[in-house]
Amino acid sequence: MPRRRAAVLGGNRIPFARADGPYAHASNQDMLTAALDGLVARFALQDERLGEVAAGAVIKHSRDFNLTREAVLGSWLAASTPAYDVQQACGTGLEATLLVANKIALGQIDVGVAGGVDSASDAPVAVNDDLRQILLDLNRSRSVGGVVRAMSRLRPGQLKPSIPRNAEPRTGLSMGEHAAITAREWGIGRIEQDELAVASHHNLAAAYERGFFSDLVTPFLTLTRDQNLRPDTSTEKLAALRPVFGDTMTAGNSTPLSDGASTVLLASDEWAAERSLPVLAHVVDGETAAVDYVHGDPRADGLLMAPVYAVPRLLERNKLTLADFDFYEIHEAFASTVLATLAAWEDAEFCRSRLGRAEPLGSLDRSRLNVAGSSLAAGHPFAATGGRIVATLAKLLAEKGSGRGLISICAAGGQGVVAILEAA
Amino acid sequence: MTDRYISLVNSQPGRAVASRLGLPRPAVLRRYEPGAPLLPGPTLLSDAALADVLKGMGVDVRDAADADTRWAALLYDATAVASIGELATLREFLHAPLRRLSASGRIVVLARPPAGVDPVVDAARQALEGIVRSLAKELRAGATANLIQVEGDASPESVLRFVLSGRSAYVDGQVIRVGLGAAPEDPGKPLSGKVALVTGAARGIGAAIAEVLARDGARVVAADLPAAGDRLVSVANRIGAATLQLDIAKADAPATLLGHLGERYGGVDILIHNAGITRDRLLANMRPEQWDAVLAVNLESQLRINAALLGSTVLHDGARVVCLASTSGIAGNRGQTNYAASKAGVIGMMRAYAPAFAKRAGTINAIAPGFIDTDMTQAMPLAAREVARRLNSLQQAGLPVDVAETAAWLASPGAGGVNGQVIRVCGQSLVGA
Repeated sequence: MPRRRAAVLGGNRIPFARADGPYAHASNQDMLTAALDGLVARFALQDERLGEVAAGAVIKHSRDFNLTREAVLGSWLAASTPAYDVQQACGTGLEATLLVANKIALGQIDVGVAGGVDSASDAPVAVNDDLRQILLDLNRSRSVGGVVRAMSRLRPGQLKPSIPRNAEPRTGLSMGEHAAITAREWGIGRIEQDELAVASHHNLAAAYERGFFSDLVTPFLTLTRDQNLRPDTSTEKLAALRPVFGDTMTAGNSTPLSDGASTVLLASDEWAAERSLPVLAHVVDGETAAVDYVHGDPRADGLLMAPVYAVPRLLERNKLTLADFDFYEIHEAFASTVLATLAAWEDAEFCRSRLGRAEPLGSLDRSRLNVAGSSLAAGHPFAATGGRIVATLAKLLAEKGSGRGLISICAAGGQGVVAILEAA
Repeated sequence: MTDRYISLVNSQPGRAVASRLGLPRPAVLRRYEPGAPLLPGPTLLSDAALADVLKGMGVDVRDAADADTRWAALLYDATAVASIGELATLREFLHAPLRRLSASGRIVVLARPPAGVDPVVDAARQALEGIVRSLAKELRAGATANLIQVEGDASPESVLRFVLSGRSAYVDGQVIRVGLGAAPEDPGKPLSGKVALVTGAARGIGAAIAEVLARDGARVVAADLPAAGDRLVSVANRIGAATLQLDIAKADAPATLLGHLGERYGGVDILIHNAGITRDRLLANMRPEQWDAVLAVNLESQLRINAALLGSTVLHDGARVVCLASTSGIAGNRGQTNYAASKAGVIGMMRAYAPAFAKRAGTINAIAPGFIDTDMTQAMPLAAREVARRLNSLQQAGLPVDVAETAAWLASPGAGGVNGQVIRVCGQSLVGA
């Protein structure tokens, strides 16, 4: 490919908090600004005009229509830095990364920041839809009669606020309920889910212990580490938890609702070299897929199964196989999601009928999976997860000094965003 | 953190009350402001030889006293003093103008260091120290007295600029020795083009040092513990610095530091060892981990980082290292055997390293702050704090910026003739030597 490749120079995020925890009163804008300011400080970007900042949130207040731009204006970046919001559910952070990386690759910009933020605590509570219609009609009324007619429709039940739910609009099922269907269809067992969750906690704890996150995370409010992290958890402890989705999925092997924000600094090699900033990794390519989880096959078209389709397409375009990676970052929405994804790639029948492959895509070396922990341990503020993963993987590749890594993130709406990074 | 007592006694009713009751009346000290004249008034000079140097700094130099002038500084060149009898000329020089020294005035005596050859000469030279230190205790209204010992053909320009200016507001009753090694600098931005690392920069004295170094033109890398990262970010963004989250007490910290400074900045010119902790306990109650932690952070980390730097090309020639010691390390302090050990150890380390840094045209010095108003001292009980604040010739606590200005001066190219020394920023604290 003749185009230049975007370099990942680093990242910054705030520790992720459990919903209604220490960040309960922090807004999306507060958190995104904090993550951005930490990035500015790490790279001394004060008053610099960047090509753009692309970020977003999944759960947003209507007043936050220009969330990212507002965060930039409140940050130490030059106010002349443009910004826009991206929203692709849990794929937001990675999609924003690809957008910025693509502009850099095309030469449209030399440097940009991608990021994401979400608060499950500071949720946009709205008036319920009946009341909203009445209030709007009231506002439109030109006569006393109109006002009286609108007022007469008011009922006590309309005082119940409308709170955003973690549910798919077209099925009414929560994400966990969807994942439980997939887990059942693929026969994903409780023990293997718990083992994956324990590995996530232990890997994240070990990464903190060796100082891995000292240039990736900046404390916020009272937190210096991800609040959800349980370094001493074990399969025995997790085994005691009762299932909450299906028969196998518990609070221990599902991600908790979380608050947090992340950012990634991307640039051209030239921009980095001018400032003597080491390049951690390059963004090689990205792919997005979607499945018809509403009407499709419950086994092959599960809500969170889109990466299963995106990855083979991405590999093929880049003439790579699943074995050609040193690190795999598969977002742990639920332990069962990761395991169902791996099971699908190993399943000959699925790969033949749905991916059109003569051979299965294959298995991956589990010792290379989420080696610095993932969402089960860190938590999962929806739009912030992509930035966390990109920065983590880029640093893992920089430490190793060679090789490439695969990122796979499933998202609501039956979507999936995947990408390849390569060591610089 | 503001010293309400200072505000009170500098108000009109407060001044009257304090004066009647004979209470201490600390002055609001003159502090450095970029672009402002070095001194707010004329300087009386004993010897024309220095006139050109001072005029070059923009000082209004006079060589004759008259009855009306308010003096911003009195500067006496005693480098030729070689007998006890000659000391009287200093007394005569100061006698009348002393009464017309303005607030935050400066008395500076230039001398030769005792040489250990002629007992009469050394007696006279050492006597000057006694005069200056006593005079510093007699001065009022924020005025200071300091002695500069000039070796051989060394230029006193840089140290004169420091001592006369508001940078030295809280440096009082000190003896500063200057040798050869001064490098040229732009007095407005003396640190321009320099890369400076400040440890413990998230708060207090470290944050002030980072800010002053940045103000003087340095590219600052502000380092502190990962857990202090949020405060570090606000400091760095305010002054245009870069952050580095690092636990300097970890074994791999020197390697991390060298790698970072080498890769991102091509090396380092200025290193300020400021990070420090206290774990105060009487020795009888001291737990091993309290002992170890203080020595590891305050002393062993500095030893390891200095050793690694000296052995690498990351340390640029002409580098400046400033280590934060403490008056506790000089005088001792109840409940601080561990802290005083670390701070006295810093002084020992610094002196031993001085020749090695000098070989690379660099310097290493220590600053021993006295009572400085910080979060740490703010946590003291009110009465103890109020008493501690007054126990010095300036009758007030220093500010973090006072330590920072001294660090920035020691880090400047012009201060290349100052090596292996301890500069106390203590308002001539009654505690310690």
